[in-house]
Amino acid sequence: MSEVADALVSVHHRDWSRIVGALIRLTGDWTLAEDATQDAFESALANWPTSGIPDNTGAWLMTTARNKAIDRIRSRESEQRRAKEVVVMESLQSSEHDIEDDRLRLIFTCAHPALPLAARVALTLRTVAGLSVAEIAAAFLVPEATMAQRLVRARRKIEEAGIPYRVPPSEQLAERLDGVLAVLYLVFNEGYGGAAGGEFAATAISMAQAVVDLMPAESEARGLLALMKLQNSRRDARIGPAGDLRTLEEQDRSSWHSDEIEAGLAVLRSARGRGPYVLQAEIAACHARVAAADDTDWPAIVVLYDELLALTPSPVIELNRAIALGMRDGPATGLAIMDGLKLSGYRWLPVAQGDLLRRAGRNADAADRFREALALTTSDVERAELERRLAALGS
Amino acid sequence: MEYMLFIASDSEPDAIEEQPGEIEAWIEEGARRGIRKFGNRLRPNEDATTLRIRKGELLVTDGPFSESKEWIAGFDIIECENLDDAIDFASRHPMARAGRIEIRPFWPAEF
Repeated sequence: MSEVADALVSVHHRDWSRIVGALIRLTGDWTLAEDATQDAFESALANWPTSGIPDNTGAWLMTTARNKAIDRIRSRESEQRRAKEVVVMESLQSSEHDIEDDRLRLIFTCAHPALPLAARVALTLRTVAGLSVAEIAAAFLVPEATMAQRLVRARRKIEEAGIPYRVPPSEQLAERLDGVLAVLYLVFNEGYGGAAGGEFAATAISMAQAVVDLMPAESEARGLLALMKLQNSRRDARIGPAGDLRTLEEQDRSSWHSDEIEAGLAVLRSARGRGPYVLQAEIAACHARVAAADDTDWPAIVVLYDELLALTPSPVIELNRAIALGMRDGPATGLAIMDGLKLSGYRWLPVAQGDLLRRAGRNADAADRFREALALTTSDVERAELERRLAALGS
Repeated sequence: MEYMLFIASDSEPDAIEEQPGEIEAWIEEGARRGIRKFGNRLRPNEDATTLRIRKGELLVTDGPFSESKEWIAGFDIIECENLDDAIDFASRHPMARAGRIEIRPFWPAEF
């Protein structure tokens, strides 16, 4: 049984989006495609323990999902059956395959700018990553019914507004790329920070790889891929034994995945431009390259943040630059800049202030900041981290 | 698919000015490619009249149906393969820079 469960997890990760994508292409019906794919996985869970795991699991699921889609269409009330569905049935019974492109079609369609941003991310998580509505709702901290409704609305808009299911033609590719990368990074962060963990982040990475393959000359796609690989290489060091988030300084660097760091650095070297994702990957690379936190090249990181800030001014980047400055020139320099930042309610501001205050030996002030951050966080791992840091201050 | 383009004003237009003959070229392209069915400019809000029937009584008022700084300056009915093609065509309308354009799909009749 556990062998079946393991096989299903891996085939789900590998093939969910390809099967949903193929069914959407064949039927034009997003809901039907997702439901039929879900049916196929449930059928596998029911049948494989007795029939055995098929040699080609992906092909088995694809065939089953097509049959489930046909069943679902047949079971609809006959008077509701429309001419369109005859065409759909014919295409479902045809054998034409175009599997690899279906995944890219899905990625670009889910990230279409005519959809609200929150719906783009949710739809990508559902149709490309194959997460359940309950898991997505938990990640967004909304009730499941709310998330289900958001997905229904997004699918309806795709159909009713005529959002095409395709990778845009070459003249539109570049302008659509930014939106796709933004969604992929949000998906990655959902997985990286959320409870669903590594599988999620791995899906985002494989989607970014597909985009790089499609558009090899786009350095920002490479930058994002490098950034995600470098961040993900630290996944096993991020969370301490008590379920608390570990800072870069506290992480056990021997549990960073050095092969993945090498792969990330190689992707970064192949990126020709200096856009925001490339610069963020360069900063991640500064951390990834050194074996001990004390060896961090803070002057280089400050310069990279200056460059990033010039491209995309934002108080969050200013905060990160202030942290780097505080590490380079001493806590007082960083704290002075942080005092002027307009980031009220942003929990990482008091966390960063508390950290620099601790370094300056002002433990009581540091504790006040960590308590302020504690009141702002909704995440268990962050709460555990802040409580540990408070305890370390002796307060 | 059929779409309606609402050509609207905007309080923060792009600085680029309309080139002479630009709208004519856009209309010509729409006709040549069989995209644009019909369209026109509309008189300003001061010339608008709004009516409604409540409790069987006809109420006629001066002005547009919604109070807004922006107003609809014109409309076009177009037929395109999909939303991306509609966006592509609409983005070449001079009012994409001087104002903004809303694209709304027609609600097709149910058969």
